Amino acid sequence: MKENNNHSNAKRYGMVIDLDKCTGCGSCMVACYSENNVPFKTDETNKLDSLNWIRVYKISNNKPYPHSEVCYLPMPCMQCDGIGKHGHSPCVSVCPAVATDYDYSTGIVSQIYTRCFGCRYCMAACPYHARKFNWWDPVWPADMEKYLSPNVSARMRGVVEKCSFCFHRYQLARDKAYLEKRQELAEDEYQTACAQGCPTGAITFGDLNNKSHAVYKLKKSPTAFRLLERLETNPKVYYLSSKSWVRRAGDNYLAHEETEKINNKVKEPYEAKEHL
Amino acid sequence: MSSTDKNQTVSSEAAPDSVTPEPEIHDSPPSTTSGWAVFMFFMIGFVGSLLSGWILFPELLYSKKEQPIDFNHAIHLDLVYDGCNSCHYFRDDGTFAGVPGMDSCVDCHMDVMTGAPEEVKFVDEYVTPGIEVPWLIYSEQPDCVFFSHSAHVIGADMSCESCHGDIGTSTHLPVYQENRLTGYSRDIWGHSISRLGKPEPGEPKPMKMNDCADCHLEKMGHKGACFQCHK
Repeated sequence: MKENNNHSNAKRYGMVIDLDKCTGCGSCMVACYSENNVPFKTDETNKLDSLNWIRVYKISNNKPYPHSEVCYLPMPCMQCDGIGKHGHSPCVSVCPAVATDYDYSTGIVSQIYTRCFGCRYCMAACPYHARKFNWWDPVWPADMEKYLSPNVSARMRGVVEKCSFCFHRYQLARDKAYLEKRQELAEDEYQTACAQGCPTGAITFGDLNNKSHAVYKLKKSPTAFRLLERLETNPKVYYLSSKSWVRRAGDNYLAHEETEKINNKVKEPYEAKEHL
Repeated sequence: MSSTDKNQTVSSEAAPDSVTPEPEIHDSPPSTTSGWAVFMFFMIGFVGSLLSGWILFPELLYSKKEQPIDFNHAIHLDLVYDGCNSCHYFRDDGTFAGVPGMDSCVDCHMDVMTGAPEEVKFVDEYVTPGIEVPWLIYSEQPDCVFFSHSAHVIGADMSCESCHGDIGTSTHLPVYQENRLTGYSRDIWGHSISRLGKPEPGEPKPMKMNDCADCHLEKMGHKGACFQCHK
């Protein structure tokens, strides 16, 4: 049924984050907060309460000096494709309210706040902690409400929210394309706020199916990996790292197991579609 | 409990002799009239509640508001050169300007041009002090809705009338009916409170989510993903 919703020229928007370039500055988080009206509290020391659509984690190789190394890991929503072509993302398949769905034309997993009733099954299902729950109604400091973006609806208490890959920017880019009677968007017309906010250019965003987009080549890099790949969630966020311990930290391995190479694992959910 | 039990046992014991045959003879003619009375009573209540539901409830549910200025679309449509697009235009980035601001109006209405009472009111109350007119927008959607005019008007080549009706040729603005509970215009729900049947030709189309989904299903073959219309 849902496969019928497929557009013939389906996009598959994704992200490649070069961890060698990431300095952990948090600009992506700030850009995201400001772009997507993400609420914050006066005291953000308790990170379990924090709402953020992209969060920069710090991982370490746990070795003593002088061999200690750290790596910063920005984690937006992975926009999982699920196994094969079904758009069977962990969160989408458990939502009892159809408040989240998989958009076959872009590969982006939506979250509809007015539909969500806050059961948080999706949060339990998401292996990446990409989803956050609004424990309070959002409060912005005086006059800051004037700075809120009208393109993203503010969330209320009791609903789950998550990264949308700045889908409103896609919509606005499409508006312009319609006006200019174009069908396709250029690569730079639709970029997420975090990708544009990154001062070192660590985040690259584009259509993973489009050979002319930078992400298409980057995802095939020998140093590319995805997080928890063996769960077969088929995430659309790829990471690059020259360090093998970082690539190994991307999944749970037993001591005797070797770190898997991504190129053996890449699933193209739309390639099998023609057989339908 | 115990007292009624006793009464019942007493009456049932006494019944076989005299009491039971009598009601069958005397009660049957009055029972038809009382049946009719009950039926009529039910029907009066039923029709009454239907009438209040269909007529009184909408009157109570919707408050009626007048627009600040009774704008005459027909006069303006004759004078402008580019139809609806002259005032309700697309910006260069593809977004739709919607209801025009004062800067569009003052191109012509710096001073009173015709002396029509509504125009005099418009110039005196809004143009001269430089205040934007607080128009009431019939098709205003909730915050969570993304609607792309360019996708529909340019992409799908739909006319303005196909959703907004004949507002462009009207000489008076319709009364704005605001839902007292939700705060949205009645045009969103549609003028038929039962939402049965199709709107009259020239009437604006209802704009609830299901109305969008029905049209998308018909024209596109699917309702589309949530993010197509939500933000």
